[in-house]
Amino acid sequence: MTTTYDAYGAGEATEGTVFNVTGQDWDDVVQGAREGEDDRLVVNMGPQHPSTHGVLRLILTLDGETVDEARVGIGYLHTGIEKNMEYRTWTQGTTFCTRMDYLAPIFNETAYCLAVEKLLGITDEIPERAEVIRVMMMEINRISSHLVAIGTFGLELGATTVMLNGFLEREYALDIFEMIAGLRMNMAYIRPGGVAQDLPPGAIDKIGDFVKREKYRLGQLRKLLDANPVYVARTKDIAYLDLTACMALGVTGPVLRSTGLPWDLRKSQPYSGYETYDFEVATQDTCDVYGRYLVRMQEMEESLKIIEQCLDRLSSGSAKSGPVMIQDKKIGWPAQLALGPDGMGNSPDHIAHIMGQSMEALIHHFKLVTEGFRVPAGQVYAAVESPRGELGCHAVSDGGTRPYRAHFRDPSFTNLQAIPAASEGAMIADIIAAVASIDPVMGGVDR
Amino acid sequence: MSSQHPEQKAEQAADRLPAQREEERAEGAAGRSHGGETQQPIARRGMFGGHTTGDTSGFGGLVVRQSPKMSSPRPYGGPRTSGAEGEFDEVADQLERAYPEFGAAIERVVVDRGELTLVVRREHLLEVARVLRDDPKLRFELCTGVSGVHYPEDAGAELHAVYPLLSMTHNRRIRLEVTCPDADPHIPSIVSVYPTNDWHERETYDFFGLIFDGHPALTRIMMPDDWKGHPQRKDYPLGGIPVEYRGATVPPPDERRSYV
Repeated sequence: MTTTYDAYGAGEATEGTVFNVTGQDWDDVVQGAREGEDDRLVVNMGPQHPSTHGVLRLILTLDGETVDEARVGIGYLHTGIEKNMEYRTWTQGTTFCTRMDYLAPIFNETAYCLAVEKLLGITDEIPERAEVIRVMMMEINRISSHLVAIGTFGLELGATTVMLNGFLEREYALDIFEMIAGLRMNMAYIRPGGVAQDLPPGAIDKIGDFVKREKYRLGQLRKLLDANPVYVARTKDIAYLDLTACMALGVTGPVLRSTGLPWDLRKSQPYSGYETYDFEVATQDTCDVYGRYLVRMQEMEESLKIIEQCLDRLSSGSAKSGPVMIQDKKIGWPAQLALGPDGMGNSPDHIAHIMGQSMEALIHHFKLVTEGFRVPAGQVYAAVESPRGELGCHAVSDGGTRPYRAHFRDPSFTNLQAIPAASEGAMIADIIAAVASIDPVMGGVDR
Repeated sequence: MSSQHPEQKAEQAADRLPAQREEERAEGAAGRSHGGETQQPIARRGMFGGHTTGDTSGFGGLVVRQSPKMSSPRPYGGPRTSGAEGEFDEVADQLERAYPEFGAAIERVVVDRGELTLVVRREHLLEVARVLRDDPKLRFELCTGVSGVHYPEDAGAELHAVYPLLSMTHNRRIRLEVTCPDADPHIPSIVSVYPTNDWHERETYDFFGLIFDGHPALTRIMMPDDWKGHPQRKDYPLGGIPVEYRGATVPPPDERRSYV
């Protein structure tokens, strides 16, 4: 029953029988559990369990199949991003923070850049074209993130079809990122002052095709899931979390909107020109997993509308041409990169300009790239509506070329606290649905 | 600098960042009203770090004033307005009405870059948070966590805890800031008012060693339970990278050559 070697030292700390499941011993475990039928069973779900969304550890106290207590253990993916950023320039910071919530890199970058721009006092000087590109990239990213949320959710409930379809469509979004930024994930594309480089030729058409395709494909996904009896049975009235609980626990994003409160920072506290776009805030009033799914689906459809409006502005409207980086030569990243077959690289035109034509351009390039710009001392908080809720960045400057402190309020981190409230007293299978409906990304949780 | 040509001076003035220009304007106004006593000290000159060599970049004449601003005078204005009464004044007035000990509790008020910061004495933090949450005209329902900042040079207030608050009812944001000395790193926990701060306070304890009194279970959350020290403090030793080349090592980031 109890194996001789207890790798986790659990025997010292706990009372009662300890089972170490190491393979080919399932009969022993079943037999032991049967003998101690009246006892409660403490199960460590994770951190390596595939359906816990990365390295999330759930410590569940089970009474039969009912969850008595659920506790969440995190920290397995802590990488010290906030500390690391203190030893890089303000611009290099985007390269770090993009890796936090790896399903929504553009949002991490935007929150950080909005904070830096607020510190610099240049919020109103960001070129229009850069802002439109930012909004468009964010919305494409919102779709790709929600597709993973719904896809993995389907997989965790046992439906491979949903996962395959979700990941397939996400691939088209990542192709767009690769075309524009050179990378599929962790692009560091949004920079303080604007974006890294302008859209390459053909990008507008490609995104237009993407929008057309997704309109059809999201409809298909809805046909697959919206009224699917198995799906509905697993999601309706599961992991109930009402507005009071959301407010107390600080839960934002689709989970909050599934309680009926239309709180979306894009509408209530617009940034990057969101007030000029026409879209609806998706809400449901069921407070359950199914409601959160419907909110995500509707948000993707709204995102498509926003992307279409961005494309109009970029191809024929007010943002048809113009710079994509702030014109202030003492802040704007000077390196005009060109997109080659192997990703982003030096632009021959820019090299010719700084090496052969302009001494000042060379100085700007050299000083900004090696040393970076200084940011006047002070602190700010900037927030964006990421796919998971309010993503805030608290940036502190001491007047130097590097952040004195950068702290991120990641929505996954805060929302995960709602797991006990949403799942205690329910069946163990519903824990999976509860976690998946919160859609935590451990890279963002642990940072 | 006195021998500078006026045209050069004008050019350099134009080079300054908007935030700096605004700071200088505000400081100029404050300087006039207080007879020039509140002149902010100059933190450094020049856009970039070099002072010893001849700086031919043209960035040398920039003056960077020391901040953060310690305190702002009335009127506080609002996120988009300054110089006139705005929603920050409404918040301060209402807090004063709803919380009679306002004067004792609020150490100072800072308005910077369109954001209001109330620096609260730590013994009053819990009450202030409760009033801010419950008063119908304030209604800051959501606390978006707590962020620690370590200022080793700020004697007697080395550790800061920063709480961004959001009122969905009135669509406003403010910020509370609490300081405490390194020798006595205790701040009352506000989990009883904002349960969402449970994990956030654990995180700040983990990384800064700030002890939140009254927290239900203040344990480490990111670092392993037996970890020594608090990694995001400025005095936390950073590791170098051993490389296998004749015993050479890459020095830790804070000892490398840099432009600070």
